[in-house]
Amino acid sequence: MVFNKGVFAALILSTALAGCATAKAKPQTASTERVPLPYKQDPYPSTYHAYPGVPTLVTNVTIYDGEGGRINNGQVLFANGKIVAVGQTIDAPAGTTTIDGTGKWVTPGVIDIHSHLGDYPSPSVQALSDGNEATGPVRPEVWAEHSVWPQDPGFSRALANGGVTTLEILPGSANLFGGRSVVLKNVAARTVQAMKFPGAPYGLKMACGENPKRVYGSRNQMPSTRMGNIAVDRQTWARAQEYKRKWDKYERDGGEPPARDIAMDTLSGVLAGDILVQNHCYRADEMAIVLDMAKEFGYKVTAFHHAVEAYKIADLLKANGVCAAVWADWWGFKMEAYDAINENMPLLQKAGVCTITHSDDANGIQRLNQEAAKALANGRRMGIDIPDEVAWEWLSINPARALHIDDRTGSLRPGKMADVVLWNGNPFSVYTRPEKVWIDGALMYDALDPKRRPVSDFELGQPGEGDVK
Amino acid sequence: MAALALLLTTPALAETVAITGGTVAIGDGSAPIPGGTVVIRDGRIVAAGQGVAVPAGARTIDATGKWVAPGFVAGFTRVGLVEVDAVDPTNDTVARRSPYSAAIDVVPGINPRVSAIAVSRVGGVTRAIVAPSTANMIFAGQGAVIDTGADPDAVTVPHAFQFVELGEDGAQAAGGSRPAAYLQFRQSLEAAQRYARNPAAYNGDSKDALLTRADAAALVPVVTGKMPLLIHVESASDIRNVLKLKQEYPALKLVIVGAAEGWTVAREIAAAGVPVIANALTDLPAAFEQLAATQSNIGRMKAAGVRVSIGMNNEDDARQARYAPQYAGNLVALTKIPGATGLSWGDALAAITSGPADALGLGGELGSLRPGRRADVVLWDGDPLELSSHADRVWIDGVEQPLVDRQTKLRDRYAQPEEGNLPKAYEY
Repeated sequence: MVFNKGVFAALILSTALAGCATAKAKPQTASTERVPLPYKQDPYPSTYHAYPGVPTLVTNVTIYDGEGGRINNGQVLFANGKIVAVGQTIDAPAGTTTIDGTGKWVTPGVIDIHSHLGDYPSPSVQALSDGNEATGPVRPEVWAEHSVWPQDPGFSRALANGGVTTLEILPGSANLFGGRSVVLKNVAARTVQAMKFPGAPYGLKMACGENPKRVYGSRNQMPSTRMGNIAVDRQTWARAQEYKRKWDKYERDGGEPPARDIAMDTLSGVLAGDILVQNHCYRADEMAIVLDMAKEFGYKVTAFHHAVEAYKIADLLKANGVCAAVWADWWGFKMEAYDAINENMPLLQKAGVCTITHSDDANGIQRLNQEAAKALANGRRMGIDIPDEVAWEWLSINPARALHIDDRTGSLRPGKMADVVLWNGNPFSVYTRPEKVWIDGALMYDALDPKRRPVSDFELGQPGEGDVK
Repeated sequence: MAALALLLTTPALAETVAITGGTVAIGDGSAPIPGGTVVIRDGRIVAAGQGVAVPAGARTIDATGKWVAPGFVAGFTRVGLVEVDAVDPTNDTVARRSPYSAAIDVVPGINPRVSAIAVSRVGGVTRAIVAPSTANMIFAGQGAVIDTGADPDAVTVPHAFQFVELGEDGAQAAGGSRPAAYLQFRQSLEAAQRYARNPAAYNGDSKDALLTRADAAALVPVVTGKMPLLIHVESASDIRNVLKLKQEYPALKLVIVGAAEGWTVAREIAAAGVPVIANALTDLPAAFEQLAATQSNIGRMKAAGVRVSIGMNNEDDARQARYAPQYAGNLVALTKIPGATGLSWGDALAAITSGPADALGLGGELGSLRPGRRADVVLWDGDPLELSSHADRVWIDGVEQPLVDRQTKLRDRYAQPEEGNLPKAYEY
């Protein structure tokens, strides 16, 4: 079928908003004052700061605003780290640096909701392999940020070749409960705290399917089956509910605080709606089970990741307001990826599901724009005519929504972080690369300036130091 | 290549077809030709280019507004050996408990019905170079060249090459070090020479014998230079070691696979005349043997005179040969980046068509639209390297191919996720 472009875009925007609701304020307790918790909920706080930038105006450029809007031959102005204006013409103050964008494109920075940079870094040697605490299937006590190696050269490739400005680092999928994720600004830093996206909520990595049952089944431990997966999940959620009841009572009545359980803190945060469930899951039937399990225990799945069979249940995902973060065309590497098709993204978009292009890969993260382009073309081939500027939502505002940071980044709306990419051509063409990448208005990569290219400590003194990559 | 040509399986005869009016890309490094004609007869290319006459009686296909190119030759893959990587009974790339090495021949493992063959065909890939993987010895065995046609005869050239690991993977296979790998390499070649001198006297069962009789026999065409030897190495140091082997064993017909740091020793590779089949977009120090990895590797080697083409020696090698045009297109993109070195469009296409065929000495037979080559032709709805393009029609050996696979069937079944009067299982 062919949609009227304008109507289709508007429809998609409204349904996607309903699907991935923005960060919601926690309901305030009405009358009673709650007893403060005897521990810090943010013990490893972000020390990220924006680097200096100059007021910048890009002119004569094609703009995808990240929320489905497009302006041909337009202008973008940002200053003091924020988007100031996007339009056909903008009155920029004196002293603004002007860049002629003729023949080029401006988009919001790419956001990858599924990365293991830093916890499975390059070089991929055992000594640096820190992504799976595969010593038990329930490990919500581990936090990915305690594994992230900021010197992973992969961060710089994602920036320079992929235009990635924000990314979520997740634990691996060996475990049913893999641990907490962390959202980072893609800025080179000495510490992970200095990369942490200020105020981004935590995620909880969960996994269904083959990986947990294989890892533990091969050791003759539970789970060794899919029913074992769900049984361990449910028993764990039941414990988490009990734990949360104890702490809720403490916060209500005071007295002796209950015993602290670091694992249960995370699950309690999920039940309270503060921590977002990012759920690795491939098969349609398993996603449907997980959705019922979430209802059973009163939590929400924010996004299914990989979700190669999401297209089979696009209606169900839409009805449950769950995002799907998927590849363009990965398939067949294992049984649960056997039914992957090339039209997953466009079919999800057509159904009104919050659709996200993700990488899960240190190479793929350098070409998420190309992954979206392939899916877009495959959709058009079957008659799903999604405009380019709408497909860019898969790379920016939709992942921002699923990370609950869409009020701060993910589009070129005035007042948001100036996370901006200038592409040297149409970003859905194979022949296009980032020319400049700004994060919070600071120029962090410039293809025309070899000194605007991060080189990690690991690469210093090695062959190819400072090379184009 | 006369001996090799005899080994090539004979394709079915086909009619004369003229594809007219399209932008024709030959695949030999030349720029695309607007308004060209491609003539196919009896499964071979008759002519391609501008001013080519349409033979009388030919069936004409109008390609106006479209592109015509040779089918992609996937430069180094495991296509045909695997249905699902992680389902062991369907994965014939490696035999971890086999006592054999060099004698292993991929041919019985090539299943023309694996999904990856149809998926590759739908993606415009018509031939693939297929290698086994190394297990307990540095030699993995003998690879083949296959086609992706929807017929029972997939193997174009059996025993097309021998494959050996001499980098980090080779060190592991040899027991833990590069010195052990090189010792095993030299001892194996010496065993093959002994076998060649007197097969009856070769005792593969003796305690000192490194190779079984079958393995020693399989290496005879390698030491005599009749069979190409593909060697996987990545680092500059390992590449130099391989080039030294060429001095030690001048008869060896070497092809280097990988060569992530090849650009740092490009002039030496070019001087040795050794072809390279490299991964296109490796740019991370994923291993210590590829610290200098950059996407400019292939462009820089090409500029230095290396005969370099694109392969896929990575975790996607059994399924994603269809990435070839995306890889090639990305190398064209590099030509716009200061400090980077990419490929011209024509050279990029050659790197996924005639380049891999040439590396195996099969360029006279495969990989381009030059006269006399097998008619592996793809009609594209746009620039074949562009992400938005699709293969509209595919011919292999002049025979038009179906462009349906499990993925297109699943797509069609779930074009609407809602069920009708019967379950989805009834829609096919």
